[in-house]
Amino acid sequence: MTNTASWVCSAALNPIPQPLPMFASAVRAGFPSPADDYIDAEMDLHGYVVKRPAATFFARSEGDSMIGDGIHHGDLLVVDRSLEPLPGRVIVVALDGELTVKRLERVGQRTYLTASNPAYQPIPLEGREAHVWGVVTHVLHSLPGATP
Amino acid sequence: MGVLSNNDGCIVARSNELKALGVEMGTAKHLLPPSIRRQVTLLSSNYALYGDMSRRVTDVLAEFSPDVEVYSIDESFVGFQGFDPATLEARGQRLRQTVKQWTGIPVSVGFAPTRVLTKLANHAAKKHPGYRDQGVCLLTADSPATQAILKQLPVTEVWGIARRTGERLRVMGIDTAWQLREADPKHIRRHFSVVQERIVWELRGQPAIQLDDMSQPKQQIMVSRSFGRLTHSPHDLREALRQHAARAGEKLRKQHSVTSAVMVFVRTNAFRPDLPQYRNRVVVALERPTDDSRELIHAAIQGLRQIWRKGYAYHKAGVMLLDLSPKANHQLTLTDTPQTEADATRSERLMATVDKLNRELGRGTIQLGLPRTGNAWTLRSEHRTPRYTTRWEELPAVR
Repeated sequence: MTNTASWVCSAALNPIPQPLPMFASAVRAGFPSPADDYIDAEMDLHGYVVKRPAATFFARSEGDSMIGDGIHHGDLLVVDRSLEPLPGRVIVVALDGELTVKRLERVGQRTYLTASNPAYQPIPLEGREAHVWGVVTHVLHSLPGATP
Repeated sequence: MGVLSNNDGCIVARSNELKALGVEMGTAKHLLPPSIRRQVTLLSSNYALYGDMSRRVTDVLAEFSPDVEVYSIDESFVGFQGFDPATLEARGQRLRQTVKQWTGIPVSVGFAPTRVLTKLANHAAKKHPGYRDQGVCLLTADSPATQAILKQLPVTEVWGIARRTGERLRVMGIDTAWQLREADPKHIRRHFSVVQERIVWELRGQPAIQLDDMSQPKQQIMVSRSFGRLTHSPHDLREALRQHAARAGEKLRKQHSVTSAVMVFVRTNAFRPDLPQYRNRVVVALERPTDDSRELIHAAIQGLRQIWRKGYAYHKAGVMLLDLSPKANHQLTLTDTPQTEADATRSERLMATVDKLNRELGRGTIQLGLPRTGNAWTLRSEHRTPRYTTRWEELPAVR
């Protein structure tokens, strides 16, 4: 995945005398070239947010149990199944057959699912049927007036 | 739990519990005894979801090797030429774990020197008590393990041996895959064809079959080709897909089937790592089961519009027809091609009369007995699970 910022830096550090291609001619030639990284094209939000397309899924959040993490009712969640569900991370987990989004926490030997809303109690996982579904990496919250 | 075919007609997939109840593959939904029907959840096929999950699994496979050949919606051949053979089994384990973690899909992995043997290895990985816990099975051409498996396998279970061919082989005294392997290839070629001869060589561990030669799985029809030279042009891709869809339509009509989902895929050349890589596929669900090439072409072009991206040098494109069912199962309408000239004349006269009446007495006076749109005429998918991964409105909800 090309990171525009890092390319700008390395260009400054290693100035290779190379004719910069015209944006138009690079495209017309129809041949991808290393110079593509010097071209400023439309910024790809999808690529920014989805690091592993095969393992990334979208979900819709309901309720406000994770409001402290900026997750509101109706927000779009980006869930990456390739990441490890480490304690401290916000994860989607299938609990007794229902999908829920909570923070994974470890207290000593015990594992809990905690909300970031004081109105919700932590859920101990002992003796419960829980399958980690993926790690939430981003949340997209649309403000009122977002849709024209 | 069972999954229904297009238009919710027949059961095309069964959970183990459903199998245990004695429900046969292909049972028509309305013929299920009420006592069983009550215990069962029947779901409609969800090709949008299958297609998307299939794409994800293939993407994971591509992380392990550039040589991925998609065979069907749920099977691929992955080439590991040049990899250290001692590492293959461990790679297979990692592949299986990665696919399961990233996509949730459990897969079995079979390794072997040839495609025919790989299919057997995969089957052993799924079912054989020695392999199924691991889910990975590696067979070499001449090992005792391979021999044992071949000796236990009926010849009809060998990839490429159809039932009728199997029966003829049995008449010749060839009952097991091992006996076929031990048969004289020339002898087999004389009595059958070069295709069966190649299977003998493959059973012996000598590659002889390219994926294009092999008979397609019954449930799908695939037409694809690599381009002679790489192309950036959407026009070239459209033309190629038009031809592939037309050819697929021919095959479909030849076997008297109809389809209700068209998968389109495109890819760059994985063996040119100097070029940007892109591969994608999409499933276009059809409004109603069809064998009309025009509709297939239209769907293929629609699909291409979704997945074509600028800036890539495409190497291969293809069309796969999914969810096939016998044409005879679907109601004939007045608009179907009539069988004889007498029928054709009658149909024309009837249509002319209908048109005349509609003109004189007002549009819609006579309708052709076709139910309203959104009713029986459009694909019935009453019990389909949501399209979790392809529709914004159908995303899974998490509390």
